[in-house]
Amino acid sequence: MSGAEKIAVRVTEVTPLNDLVTRFRFEPVDGGLLPTFSGGAHTVVEMQDGAITRLNPYSLMSDPFDQSAYTISVRRDDEGRGGSLFMHKSVSVGDEMVISNPVNLFSLDLRAKKHLMIAGGIGITPFLAQIKQLDRAHGNWELHYACRSQALGSYVDYLTDTHPNDVNVYYDDQDQAIDLENLTDRQPLGTHIYVCGPKGMINWVRAKSTDLGWPREAIHYEEFLAPQPGKPFEVKLAVSNKVIQVGEQESLLEAIERAGVDAPYLCRGGACGMCETRVIDYTGNFIHRDHWLEDDEHASGEKIMPCVSRFEGKTLVLDR
Amino acid sequence: MTLQFNDETFRDDYSFHNSERAIKRFPFPFDKDSYMYVVNMEQHRGGPSDSIYEMRFDVDEHYVSEMRDRAMVLADDPLRCQSLPHMTLAGWDLLELIMVSKSEDYPDLFQLHRDGDKWHWINKPLGIDDHFTFMDETTLPYGPMEYITRQTQGDFCVLDQRDDNLWMDAGTITTQADWSLDFDIGMNFFEWHAPVPLAHEKGIFVRALKFLLNIQQGAPARRLNWTMTVNPLLDTSPENYHKWGIQKTSLTPENIGAKQHLRVELQTFFRLPRSNALVFPIRCYLCAFQDIVSVPKWGRRLHRVIRDLPEELATYKGFIDNRPMMLDYLSKFDDGQDTSNGIWPELDSEPPLKT
Amino acid sequence: MSKFEFPPSIRSRPVYGTLEVRAGKHHLMIADAAGAEAILDVATPDLMAKTHIIYIPRGADFEDKLRALNPAQFYEGPSYAASVSRIQRVLQDASMGLQVYLTGTEGLMGQAQNEAMQAGIPHTAIQTEHRGSVARRMQCVHCKGITEDVETDPFVCSHCGLNLFVRDHYSRRLAAYQAVCIDAEDPGNVPAQKGIYATETEQ
Repeated sequence: MSGAEKIAVRVTEVTPLNDLVTRFRFEPVDGGLLPTFSGGAHTVVEMQDGAITRLNPYSLMSDPFDQSAYTISVRRDDEGRGGSLFMHKSVSVGDEMVISNPVNLFSLDLRAKKHLMIAGGIGITPFLAQIKQLDRAHGNWELHYACRSQALGSYVDYLTDTHPNDVNVYYDDQDQAIDLENLTDRQPLGTHIYVCGPKGMINWVRAKSTDLGWPREAIHYEEFLAPQPGKPFEVKLAVSNKVIQVGEQESLLEAIERAGVDAPYLCRGGACGMCETRVIDYTGNFIHRDHWLEDDEHASGEKIMPCVSRFEGKTLVLDR
Repeated sequence: MTLQFNDETFRDDYSFHNSERAIKRFPFPFDKDSYMYVVNMEQHRGGPSDSIYEMRFDVDEHYVSEMRDRAMVLADDPLRCQSLPHMTLAGWDLLELIMVSKSEDYPDLFQLHRDGDKWHWINKPLGIDDHFTFMDETTLPYGPMEYITRQTQGDFCVLDQRDDNLWMDAGTITTQADWSLDFDIGMNFFEWHAPVPLAHEKGIFVRALKFLLNIQQGAPARRLNWTMTVNPLLDTSPENYHKWGIQKTSLTPENIGAKQHLRVELQTFFRLPRSNALVFPIRCYLCAFQDIVSVPKWGRRLHRVIRDLPEELATYKGFIDNRPMMLDYLSKFDDGQDTSNGIWPELDSEPPLKT
Repeated sequence: MSKFEFPPSIRSRPVYGTLEVRAGKHHLMIADAAGAEAILDVATPDLMAKTHIIYIPRGADFEDKLRALNPAQFYEGPSYAASVSRIQRVLQDASMGLQVYLTGTEGLMGQAQNEAMQAGIPHTAIQTEHRGSVARRMQCVHCKGITEDVETDPFVCSHCGLNLFVRDHYSRRLAAYQAVCIDAEDPGNVPAQKGIYATETEQ
């Protein structure tokens, strides 16, 4: 890891919202104040899962000005490597955990004349904090939120109760869909669009707004990739002169850390660029999954983002 | 540690002076006998006792007089302090950062009492005792950034972060090394650095930007930068260059030791939490050549650095015409002995000047 | 008329391109003088049916040719100052997706770009193509006065009278290059005037 000190917190509430999503409330162990943050920020939560340390990023959803506690919402991913399952099954009120200082890779453009927010499923969480920030500044915003069903619509009641005129909810199982064409075609100059949700939704919103002539700088999106399991592989770390094994259920970054080698990171989701690592030598194929490197960089075999990308082959030597 | 504040001027009769203590803690910027641009960033988390690195915002003997000089500059030209409309939140972030830091680091000089949004700020050296409501601009005599930077040494650039770049969207700039906030406001990182020679070609700014974009809350960074100024003039602005530029020609072999100042900037970088902006304080320290050479290591090294500096850099830093006279003066303090690495004076271990 | 090749310069100096048709339902084109030729080059009937042209001739005579393109709206203004309130009004009513095309002198493009940015369009999304005079709009860093159409370096500030040299450092917000006193360290020692691009074009 690198940079700021971590924050020791105690879990003070665990609140199941529906079949998939549970909310966790963290308060500082020392009884002091947590740092304020900006809407859209995330924290990296450390999980001691037996011998394995998992580090997963979650959007902060509480009021950015509330220094007494942070809250996050975790969607259970039964197919994933187990971070969300650990949170759901093994974390309970009273537990002590360690989280990072807030980092924002999805921040509001405060120049915007209007903020148009598009959320899908658990992608609602960063918007909950952004809405609190904007309400305090009397900001102009509008939310369009797509959920699978009423039963799985986390925070729908809260949002529609508090902001009946600015929140629009769409249920997939009722065949309701965001009318994106009309929505993006009638926004005043100076509007910024923000989308957080599944990859398909992000691509859809980016493509549609680009087709209608929206500038790149006015389109903001956040998708945290969870590292995917894969075949084990061996890596040589040239600087620290170590050979490490990357297991099926761990990421390359986690394996590097497990070997005691310091690798910088911010998001652990392929977006921030911090853990970019130079490839010194390889024989085999990369499985690049990040949003950070350009296509030609992926093809070059010169760089890898160890937080989400993997390797299949005989030799991989990294500049770490 | 008690601070005695100097009563001094940075214009007209130039009564500015450094005490013995101030000379010893001067941030001499050269860690070896040559200089070239590097991305020389390090964590800003304290430093040796009574060094300029010790506190988050260093307060020294020049504080009261520097603040008086800033007020004069702003009265003459209010455009030296500007904040684009979307930067007000960052201004509050900055006010909070400085008030909290100073009241914790210098409890005998500054006090902050908070009761929810009701804040009470006491600045003893400047005789300020104000009650205000945090986040309510109408309860302060100036905007939050201007209010607090009128009470804090150094220039302040407040940078908005978006589109993988930093934007100079607010600042208080009255002690600048010849750049204009009024002209540069709204520019991105590469644009406001555009006039700097050599560094673009070396990729310095690409790497520096990448570093700065990733500065995290609770993990500030710092570096030193430097230039030269004739007379201890803080306001070396382009706006007034037609007035102060002529002073560069006033050097003589007799007065150069007293008049020629090495001007060092302690640049720090803090992530601002509520706005996700970055604040970039640029704190200026001045030291006359005659005071620098009182430290043998610094005298030797300054001569070697100035002698070997590439011509483009001496031109950009504005002393190419005076370099021969500087070298004549400095060569008397360079006896050719080796110097130790690092910026610290090492008065106990470095040999005295051979005569 | 061939286009002027600006010599390579520092990162703050604007770089102009060649207008191209972009996706979008509404298009705004602002031009002065020879900039009309760039509009004529890019115009298609489809594009013109959704385009508002604002043209400031500055002595050139393109009105008939531009009108013959049948743009959705056309306005010929006597000066930039006379046209700016119309530009502001068009931007005020516009929606996201509006495409802005600027062409002609640097002064015209810079000032119109500033209006579009104020309205919320990022500068990188605004197309520009230089045509015609290479004269610069200069700001005196000392008195802040703007001197229009500067062709020589150094020049005399039309407001405070200082002798100024021409920098490539450019402010989008002011739509001007920076001009700095040339004889501050040696009053009266002012080099002979030459064209701003004189040395570069001779090379």
